Amino acid sequence: MQYLWRRIGALLVTLIIACTITFAVFYIIPGDPALLMVGTEADPDVLVSLRRELGLDEPWHVQYWQWLKGIATGDLGNSIRLQRPVVELILERLPVTLGLAVLAMILTVLIGVPAGAYAAAHRGGVADYLTIFISQIGLAIPHFLLGILLLLLFSVRWQILPPGGFVPWSINPWQALLSLFLPALALASHRIALVTRITRATMLDALNKDYIRTGLSKGLPKQVIIYKHALKNSLIPVVTVASMHFAGLLAGSIVAEEVFALPGLGRLLLQAIGYRDLPLVQGVALFVALAVVLTSFGTDVLYLALDPRIRYE
Amino acid sequence: MAVVWREKQLAAEGREREHLWQFKPVKLKGGGLSIWLGALLVLPVLVLALASWMGLAPLPNAMDIRARLVPPSAAHWLGTDHFGRDVLGRIAYGSRVALQVGLGSTLLAALAGVALGAWAGYKGGWWDEVIMRMIDGLMAFPGILLAIMLVSVLGTGVSNTILAIGLANLPLFARITRGVFLAGRSALYVEAANALGAKHGHIIRRHILPNTIGPLVVQATITFSTAVLTEASLSYLGLGIQPPDASWGRMLKEAQPYMGKALWLVLAPGLAIFLVVTALNLLGDGLRDRLDPHTR
Repeated sequence: MQYLWRRIGALLVTLIIACTITFAVFYIIPGDPALLMVGTEADPDVLVSLRRELGLDEPWHVQYWQWLKGIATGDLGNSIRLQRPVVELILERLPVTLGLAVLAMILTVLIGVPAGAYAAAHRGGVADYLTIFISQIGLAIPHFLLGILLLLLFSVRWQILPPGGFVPWSINPWQALLSLFLPALALASHRIALVTRITRATMLDALNKDYIRTGLSKGLPKQVIIYKHALKNSLIPVVTVASMHFAGLLAGSIVAEEVFALPGLGRLLLQAIGYRDLPLVQGVALFVALAVVLTSFGTDVLYLALDPRIRYE
Repeated sequence: MAVVWREKQLAAEGREREHLWQFKPVKLKGGGLSIWLGALLVLPVLVLALASWMGLAPLPNAMDIRARLVPPSAAHWLGTDHFGRDVLGRIAYGSRVALQVGLGSTLLAALAGVALGAWAGYKGGWWDEVIMRMIDGLMAFPGILLAIMLVSVLGTGVSNTILAIGLANLPLFARITRGVFLAGRSALYVEAANALGAKHGHIIRRHILPNTIGPLVVQATITFSTAVLTEASLSYLGLGIQPPDASWGRMLKEAQPYMGKALWLVLAPGLAIFLVVTALNLLGDGLRDRLDPHTR
């Protein structure tokens, strides 16, 4: 219990620091954000009104306080170009990015764990070497490159899957899933390779344990031993790694969305950068960072609940 | 790994090492194969970068409207793009950019990270708390996101890309260094040096810092590969190297509309990125096997 409280304390500090960094990057580092947004040849009146709108004529500590207060009340300001609340825009795009990340996560576990377990069970065989080889490629190929190659094969050559774009979940869930399948596969490739390798390694470890020998000596079928006893015991590290990577998937979707022309958070961010819509850039960046911090906190707590042996300090 | 195992086996049998290994100038310990393979794979990229730098490669930005989207041939080894620019020349220029950004940002991340981590770990207490909380906060941002944020404020181009990627990769270096320093602070040899009257600077430089070199070299290799990937991603998004200059990521972006009819436009930069990242990953794995005491 004490550990949990300490962890919550650390979480709060990290959250505040993440908010501070987002604030600092956009407001303290170089010169005048308003000037950056409208360009040097803008009408001085426009500049003045924009500065007032952004609260730039206040001293920095007042701005900082406003920023923190806004976050606490769920207000990230307004987009300059679209003249709408940043939070509203984020929530609008979230189903795409979240869907993409969750689907990638599912693919990671569904492909990575069985592949790793199978390779470990057939150690030294052709399947094992093939798995190692493919996962080595999966680790090195950037997901946007794999995305382009997948598009080329499935959408341009064979024309089985849509060449990018997105059908909203509310209109046709099946089409939505189809349009997310290739991006998710590309995005997950690196993690699939990683999870395959980790599962293989922990399985090999588990297969050397005493309880496996006991199982063997009392005549349990080999399949039961491998896929029930060994696999179950090697899943904890896999779960941790998988949930840790959820954060990376969120960030990776920024690039994947660009490859497949998906209207998610990443595209929102890039458009905002293109239009120098700083409040929107700031808001999206902060949102992703907070999601990352909270996911890793959730993983820690989940881990604590799953494995009673872990009692920090 | 196999060699380590063999050595252990020989040692267990109480025999000397085989003659073959005794004559090697560099003892092949763990990771030998990965290191050599990694170095071999990175070589073509180094050669290309050097060729581009010395002006031996085809001009990367020279357009030839009559020779647009020409497949690989004797005149254009890797074909031309939609402006009739030579793909080999652009790939070569791109390797220069990739190496420049990789090296620059890795150095930046390592220097800043080591300084912060060493200070936090050696000083401990209040300093440690403040610096490490900041680092934790930085780590909340996935590398690519932090780099995008910084570039959107700093502006694009090679030096800003280096700065952004360098800062985004600083936290891991700080963590590693701090860990070693924290352990070193209470270690017996540091206590001994202290008792003998050695100064702080001397203890940091001569006694603790050498312990960080192994893990830091491994981390630097990994960071290099991450930096190359991040630069490619940023340039793909239009936030890194700006046109008309060539970058592998930029080339992929420009190739995408033509990929149905000009496959080489996708394959050339794609393979280049893949090659460098594979090479650096192999190098990192090999160096870890050799330098990290925990995996022996």
